[in-house]
Amino acid sequence: MKNKIAVKVDDLTVAYNYKPVLWDIDLEIPEGVLMAIVGPNGAGKSTLIKSILGILKPIAGSVSIYGKPYEDQRSLVAYVPQKGSVDWDFPTTALDVVKMGTYGSLGWIKRPGLKQKKAALEALEKVGMLPFKNRQISQLSGGQQQRIFLARALVQNASIYFMDEPFQGVDATTEIAIINILKELRKAGKTVIVVHHDLQTVPEYFDWVTFLNVKKIATGPVKDIFNDDNLTKTYGINYKVSIQE
Amino acid sequence: MGTAILGAITGMLGSFAVLRKQSLLGDAISHAALPGIAIAFLITGAKDSNTLLLGALVSGLIGTFWIRGIITKTHLKSDTALGLILSLFFGFGMLLLTYIQKQPNANQAGLDKYLFGQAATLVERDVWLMAIVTGICLLVLLLFWKEFKILLFDADYTKTLGFNTKTIDILITSFIVLAIVLGLQTVGVVLMSAMLLAPAAAARQWTNSLGVMVILAAIFGAFSGVFGTAISATQNNLSTGPVIVIVASIFVLLSFVFSPSRGLLFKQIRFIKNRRDLELHKTLAFMYNIAETHEDITHPHAIKILNNFQGFTKGTLQKLVHKNYVKLDGNMWYMTEEGFKTASNLYNQQTTGDNE
Repeated sequence: MKNKIAVKVDDLTVAYNYKPVLWDIDLEIPEGVLMAIVGPNGAGKSTLIKSILGILKPIAGSVSIYGKPYEDQRSLVAYVPQKGSVDWDFPTTALDVVKMGTYGSLGWIKRPGLKQKKAALEALEKVGMLPFKNRQISQLSGGQQQRIFLARALVQNASIYFMDEPFQGVDATTEIAIINILKELRKAGKTVIVVHHDLQTVPEYFDWVTFLNVKKIATGPVKDIFNDDNLTKTYGINYKVSIQE
Repeated sequence: MGTAILGAITGMLGSFAVLRKQSLLGDAISHAALPGIAIAFLITGAKDSNTLLLGALVSGLIGTFWIRGIITKTHLKSDTALGLILSLFFGFGMLLLTYIQKQPNANQAGLDKYLFGQAATLVERDVWLMAIVTGICLLVLLLFWKEFKILLFDADYTKTLGFNTKTIDILITSFIVLAIVLGLQTVGVVLMSAMLLAPAAAARQWTNSLGVMVILAAIFGAFSGVFGTAISATQNNLSTGPVIVIVASIFVLLSFVFSPSRGLLFKQIRFIKNRRDLELHKTLAFMYNIAETHEDITHPHAIKILNNFQGFTKGTLQKLVHKNYVKLDGNMWYMTEEGFKTASNLYNQQTTGDNE
């Protein structure tokens, strides 16, 4: 149904100590989907993203982006880490954090200039955070911090976006704001992969889903595979969600 | 002069150590440098400060990379690794020092200066060396400012942007080690980490910008160096290192108490003021509810009814009168137009204020 494969993962296995966190993952993500990765705690959802992005070193397996190794395609990929992964008391402003999204294209030593500032301001505008641009980041609410992170990824102007639980600890307004931006990205032909926790909203927000619990359980269009059978396989217990028609 | 430069460079680099939450790393590095000094002396048999510092640099670097190795390769937490390496190297260093002291070498006296430092042993050449290293450090800082900043804030993300985070990391750490080694002669092994941390901790209190923080830390460090040396020079036998550290700590103390945005004093003042304001508002709101029951808002009421209301005191009433929200008439009170208007807006203000 979809044409190109944006992300291809082959035989990916990752272990922290002795126990494998991810076991033999094969995954193909078509271009232009808005995909959720779901699974219980410790299923390796964040690990999967981090391994694809080269933050963690896998024991085995390979990742390709549009048919080429990830290392050659970095500029096509943007990452939104978990909000809790950084120290928000760091002495810097919202605008400064968003500007960091331009550092990759600048390369070593070169400083961000007017062009980069303009791009950062535009991204802030998109996530509705322009009035807070000079705000110290510790004085932002959780939802606002998440939007700053999203803006930082938007500045990268990538084709593929990986997001690690962007809806964690944000209020309903921010959640809607974020999902609207994600849907806009999809409309623009971008591929968005999101680690997601709230099963109830999967059918509403996403069109593609991957069930993960150390092994890959299933992956495909939400309307085909988001069912009690796969949920039970992933979560172990007899899981029932009511899918609204 | 030398101590001022030293204070500046350690202050700058200390900012990075503090923000990376690697405060104890400095302590471990300086202690790890001690066996290097002793070994360098044993090999050369001379007390040439450059050779000794080279030894300190080598063993400091070895200690640092051991710590990193332990953290990445084993299950041990970083504080355990730091503590382990610190005491191992320091113990070994002390062992060597006592061994050296028993040697029949006239030169050996004075090696223990490296424990607590002695600025008087600095010669012009040492100061030049410090100035040059500080210059290089400043240049590197300016060149890689962007890289340092983003690594400090979000290392994983930095990796996805295609930067080699290991290179940046090694660069920062090497300069921290270099600064510490330079300071050993003046401040000494035991107290060196305070030089790294105190100016940075003080500077953090005054600003929310990384650039300003680094500059402030450099200034605080330099002043600590100058004052500390000056004070220790007025007294015989007063070690410079401890005095400098005490001066730096006074900067920290003052910063914690007096900084306008993060300081304890202003926080407490703001806290009390906010409570008072709220108390006042609550009382006004209560009066507003009573006044509302009458068609004429300026209808007088007995002060006695207010006694049932918690938070009401003579003081708050006086303040309301002072603000012209309420007027008193014997033991009756009545609201003014202005007070009524303010009170009716209070609730709205409070909620919009929160949403901001």
